Amino acid sequence: MPVWTLYGIRRGIATTSWPGKDGPTQPGVLGLPRYHADRCRDNCRGCVDVCLPGALSFESCEAEERLALDYGKCIGCQLCTEACPNDALTKSNDWAFGVRNRDDLIWTEALQSPPAEEVTRKIQKYFGRSLHVRHVDAGSCNGCESELQALNNPYYNLHRLGIFFTPSPRFADLLLVTGPVTYAMQGPLRETYNAMPEPRWVMAMGTCAVSGGASGGGYSCGHGVEEFLPVDIYVPGCPPNPAAMIHALLLLLNRASQHVQGGQVAH
Amino acid sequence: MKGAIERVLRPEEIPQACFDLMKAGARLQMAYAWFPAPGQSVEVAYLAATASHEPFLFLRCSLPADSPHLQSLAPQVPLLGWYEREIQELCGVTFDGHPEPRPLVLHEGAHPTMPPLDPRYQPDEMMPFTSGPWDRPPVEGDDVQTLPFGPVRADVLESAQIFFYYIGEAILHCHPRLFFKHRGMEKRFEGTLPSLGVVLAERISGVDSIAHSLAYCQAIEAACACEIPERARYLRTVLAELERLYNHLHYFGHLCHTTTLKVGEAQGKLLAEQSKQINGMLTGSRFLRGILKPGGLRRDLDLSTLPEKLKRLQPEITTYLKSLEETNSHLDRLITTGHLPLQMAYDQGATGPVKRASGIQRDLRCDHPYAAYDRLTMNIPVRTEGDAHARVQIRMEEIHESLSLIARAVKDVPEGPVSSEISNVSGGEGLGWCEGARGSTYYCVHLDNAGRLARVKIKSPSFSNWRVFPLTVHDTNMMDYAINEASFGLTMAGCDR
Repeated sequence: MPVWTLYGIRRGIATTSWPGKDGPTQPGVLGLPRYHADRCRDNCRGCVDVCLPGALSFESCEAEERLALDYGKCIGCQLCTEACPNDALTKSNDWAFGVRNRDDLIWTEALQSPPAEEVTRKIQKYFGRSLHVRHVDAGSCNGCESELQALNNPYYNLHRLGIFFTPSPRFADLLLVTGPVTYAMQGPLRETYNAMPEPRWVMAMGTCAVSGGASGGGYSCGHGVEEFLPVDIYVPGCPPNPAAMIHALLLLLNRASQHVQGGQVAH
Repeated sequence: MKGAIERVLRPEEIPQACFDLMKAGARLQMAYAWFPAPGQSVEVAYLAATASHEPFLFLRCSLPADSPHLQSLAPQVPLLGWYEREIQELCGVTFDGHPEPRPLVLHEGAHPTMPPLDPRYQPDEMMPFTSGPWDRPPVEGDDVQTLPFGPVRADVLESAQIFFYYIGEAILHCHPRLFFKHRGMEKRFEGTLPSLGVVLAERISGVDSIAHSLAYCQAIEAACACEIPERARYLRTVLAELERLYNHLHYFGHLCHTTTLKVGEAQGKLLAEQSKQINGMLTGSRFLRGILKPGGLRRDLDLSTLPEKLKRLQPEITTYLKSLEETNSHLDRLITTGHLPLQMAYDQGATGPVKRASGIQRDLRCDHPYAAYDRLTMNIPVRTEGDAHARVQIRMEEIHESLSLIARAVKDVPEGPVSSEISNVSGGEGLGWCEGARGSTYYCVHLDNAGRLARVKIKSPSFSNWRVFPLTVHDTNMMDYAINEASFGLTMAGCDR
């Protein structure tokens, strides 16, 4: 019979040094496409026609049509990057899309001033460096669950950051919701939220939870958590990779800074 | 229906035709309905698999739109029970004499104004819902306790409710309430271009992205008689086996979690993580998304470093699985747990490793080859014990088989283009299938005259196995429940859609 303790010791430490030390945690994994407005020409609509969740659209702006991009609806299918003849939309490794304001996911020409940090000071005061999370699956495709489960594998080892999943909403500080919210999960979602002690926070994890994504709408789905509960952090991605999830959790705790403002990634 | 031999029957001929098929050794796979002429008629179709390498059979009958009725086949063919209930709720066809005439997909309290899959039902119309009491079996007796578990469950799990009737530690009856996650995904395909439908197929069940998108692509390719290039066939095989690999490795991590083997859990999940990272480096997606399209692949893949990466992983996997098989405390929880007899597995529609653990040696990769599986020989493991340990052993052998298949496919893959042109899709119908990590996945697609999707029916393996799983819980005990559930390797999203 194998001695599992010895097995574990022999196997050694498998945990990534991120986010303590910088470095790519997900080599090769594509993020959401990057938009280069100066290269968009002729209003060809190539990208809009292949965008299933409607993240790309045309909006009227001073008598001319202009491309509008909402990362909150983007599922990272990369079809627009293949459809664009001018490379206005390119594949990228931009994955840290967790934001505090929904508007920050909408692409704008000019960068806005950094978001106010008052809300998050409060959370630092209450929770210091630890956080307990209750997850509710409100109709996901299980891609988000698979990556949430990966947070507790030895590589990401979420416990080392003082963040824990808790079975009961009574002990939870954060409600982490995946999925567009189906009609049948509306009740259980509300009940879970109501069972949490105050102060409490809500995170919309994945494009479905942010805006409905590829499955929102229709006869049985809503368009994200916002329709039912106040959301504090939005994390688009289909699914967000585990590092993006950790970044969003640290952002909530004010232990990481927001990378995306006005739909643009700060470099 | 391209991809199957078709028979058009009158409604009253359907029962006898199905019984004759079963006598001849065929097994029904699914049933569904759609609306070829909205407001005028509704068509019900049955899919059956015959002997290995023989074509599938597709029975279809047309019913009048005005109060459509059919005789229920569920009393004789139990695996059709859920399909009939689903058709009843989503397409409005009544099945006379159904043994379980309770709501299944749409919960009590949901009142769509017309059957949601009728094309006249507006695509963005949310159905009215008032939470209603759940119609579940009544129970008598002082000692019987009830325990509702879920839909929000411990840890990070998908939403489902399991209702236990139990006496002390013994489970008398377990009654699952599923479909909390029903997203109406089949409706979402309506009116979509076939080239975009693949994005939806990838999101039916995230961890089965390749199984679903591959079956979908093959259905479209069948509908328009498109031959894909040889290189694409091999690359699809590699992708499908990579998906099986990370799913099976995660399965062992989760199983060890339920048997409280902590280091085993950590190691299983670490191996799954490493496997996902290999996926990410190869395709840009940890879930192998955004690579398949009808006609082949969206872009070529560089396989040069893949064999070396897997070779490094292989000894770790071998040691890990061997250690699990030598751990008595772990095996004690698996052997004889959740016994599924062969006849029950066959009648109730079990699929994938679950079916093969109960003595049914069928695998679509071998019996109805697709991609490059007919060019690669493979061994299909089978067990007759039908318990949790048998289900575990099947997956262990499949992991080794997957690694071997990938190595051989990478060696044999020819150079050349990776996609062919898709043309002439209007009015086509096609059947596609794939043996995913969890079992058989079928897609039936119907295209309209404008070349857009009119109906896409998805048969996912978890829908089949969720029907079977509760039958193995009766007369067991509470301590074994989580282990038994983990041994089935189910997803909710695939079942609920």
